[in-house]
Amino acid sequence: MKRHVLSLLVENHSGALSRVSGLFSSRGYNITSLSVAETEDPSVSQMTIVVYGEESILGQIFKQLDRLIDIINVTDYIDEPLIVREVVLVKVDNSTETRREVLELCSIFGARVLSTVPSNLVLELTGATESINDFIQMIKPYGIRGLVRSGATAISRSRD
Amino acid sequence: MKKTGAQILIDALIRENVKVLFGYPGGVVIPIFDVIYETKEFTFVLTRHEQAAAHAADGYARATGEVGVCLATSGPGATNLITGIATAYLDSIPMVAITGQVATPLLGTDAFQEADVVGISRPITKHNFLVRSVKELPEIIRKAFYIASTGRPGPVLVDIPVDVSRAVLDDYQYPETVSIRSYNPVVECDIAQIDKAVELLSGSKKPLIFAGGGVNHAGAYEELRIFAEKTNIPVTTSLMGMGTFPAEHELFIGMPGMHGAKTANYSIQEADLILSIGVRFDDRVTGFVANFAPNASIVHIDIDPVTISKIVKVDVPVVADAKTALRLLIEKSSARPKNEWNTKVSGWKGEKLYTYTSSESVIKPQMVIEELYKFTGGNAVVATEVGQHQMWTAQYFRCNAPRTLLTSGGLGTMGFGLPAAMGAAMGIDGKPVMVIGGDGSIQMNIQELATLSINNIPVKIIILNNTFLGMVRQWQELFYDHRYSSTCMRGGFLCSSCVGIGACKKQYVPDFVAVAKGYNIAAFRAETPQQVLQVIKDGFAVNGPALMEFIVSPEENVFPMVPAGKSLDDILEG
Ligand SMILES: Cc1ncc(C[n+]2csc(CCOP(=O)(O)OP(=O)(O)O)c2C)c(N)n1
Repeated sequence: MKRHVLSLLVENHSGALSRVSGLFSSRGYNITSLSVAETEDPSVSQMTIVVYGEESILGQIFKQLDRLIDIINVTDYIDEPLIVREVVLVKVDNSTETRREVLELCSIFGARVLSTVPSNLVLELTGATESINDFIQMIKPYGIRGLVRSGATAISRSRD
Repeated sequence: MKKTGAQILIDALIRENVKVLFGYPGGVVIPIFDVIYETKEFTFVLTRHEQAAAHAADGYARATGEVGVCLATSGPGATNLITGIATAYLDSIPMVAITGQVATPLLGTDAFQEADVVGISRPITKHNFLVRSVKELPEIIRKAFYIASTGRPGPVLVDIPVDVSRAVLDDYQYPETVSIRSYNPVVECDIAQIDKAVELLSGSKKPLIFAGGGVNHAGAYEELRIFAEKTNIPVTTSLMGMGTFPAEHELFIGMPGMHGAKTANYSIQEADLILSIGVRFDDRVTGFVANFAPNASIVHIDIDPVTISKIVKVDVPVVADAKTALRLLIEKSSARPKNEWNTKVSGWKGEKLYTYTSSESVIKPQMVIEELYKFTGGNAVVATEVGQHQMWTAQYFRCNAPRTLLTSGGLGTMGFGLPAAMGAAMGIDGKPVMVIGGDGSIQMNIQELATLSINNIPVKIIILNNTFLGMVRQWQELFYDHRYSSTCMRGGFLCSSCVGIGACKKQYVPDFVAVAKGYNIAAFRAETPQQVLQVIKDGFAVNGPALMEFIVSPEENVFPMVPAGKSLDDILEG
């Protein structure tokens, strides 16, 4: 099953999100990640959806998305060069023995330290899905106290 | 102009040319009913159940082609509409359902008679709206009718909180135009795709036309007939397409699928080209999909790109309105003389598309339908319930004109027929309207006899009483070793063991003739084949509604039959 990154432009009003998610759930499909925000035009929101699934079924869901009255535009970035970014915030144990190693990892991955208190550090990393996965793996041994991760957002690299 | 929300709604309905509104009152819609009280521009029909109001609006839409409209209160009123809305959704019927809702400050609080009907109806409507302020109301109603009736039609629900109905708008104006940036129902037909279809056709030796409900919605019957006659291609129509091509036409070969004509099924399996127009390849039509039309290239013309290649792989997709596409096909294809294929298809067809064994001693349900057809000359609108009688109606009531067979094809809703016939009768003049039902289905909305009686709506109610939920019983007989679990209408949990229908001495209830009389409706019963015609004559002679009950052979089966999951040429016969 392939990963699809979908970008939707939708009317920015109540109900639009559940119409979209309903098309996946009615077929028993799970949305891997979802991020939604207003665009530069406040009447329009942009959704990025990451989903894995059977090509033929997803193809139908995409056509059904296009048919929804609230959907202005659907793009499936399956074969396009794409920039995908996610954000993760991690709260990790702060101890004198490990602090240097944690900070070193941060500088390797390009993560930032957002807050420092005697008991913990809050780190932030923006990156591609894979490098976020790697970062979490590397930080884990140092004691993760909390972790939140955004859905993916994506934009095409194409020139037009 | 200064108007309340309720006044705006009614004014909007009048401007949308609504002639009949079906519904039922309740707390949060009293402001709306208060305006209806003095409205003369349309007729309000008070049904006896909200489900019937939805089916009646649907039947009205199917018979007239206009948008059907129904109205119910919040909570239970709205949830009662749901089956009717889902029925309309699966058959792409243009409908606007209006529901009352609790006041906006109470939304989401589990207030008295609150149900999230916008949430509940989301997957079974083409679109729906919650009106949050009276300012939005005019535009929402305009959009609702526009969305329901354009493109691939469908039901649209508008949920109106009671404070919106009461609120006053100072500068009400009904919008003249409507446009929705994310919805453009007008599709340009891609000529190159038509050219490809024409090219396939010119190389085809065994072409077949498969027409469905889309031809109906597009009003493309004339075009379909002209195209078929020009090219001499045999025509099969889906259940929803019945009437889009005259059943008496020599090129007509019946309906395909589970209970379709052998001719249609054999033709599909042998054709080298299928021109499908406004169909959706329901599993009741295709049988085992992987072996559907194994020798054919498939051209699929549909206004909805979602249906194309959804079930069967299509070689030439044409996203277009059926009328536009057929006009282009007529223009671009050359006349085709009849060939061996036509001879072969006619050979399969023989004298009759469907046959049954007649009887002198017991009424055969098929015979009642043949008699009804002969008696009316086919000049009637027929609604059906769901079950064996529905299939027999599709087989034996030769449907020659569009919008004359009203049946729940997609959802298969028992209880649809009686209220749908009522809706149709409110919309058309000059043709008798009847419902053909089984003794099971007809009881699902039998309370509508009151609506028919009080308003003298001249629907003829035909009940083919076989004492069984026949269609399910047939499956139990054929595939579950005759184990008639909960399908006998005389049986109940007091039956200790079953002696079989022949020896059973239990009383059948209800006495349908007595029930009709209780509603002050004329009623007649035939128990022998010799009484059938007289009962039909008596029933149709009544000026107003009449009920005709026919006690038919209890264990008659619908044939031919392609068992579920089998290929179309794997046909069981009686
Ligand atoms: C609302 C609903 N419930 C259940 C069914 C399943 N079902 C399909 S046909 C049928 C039997 C219908 O019996 P009847 O109306 O007596 O017609 P017959 O088949 O005997 O002609 C049933 C129960 C259905 N289609 N709709």
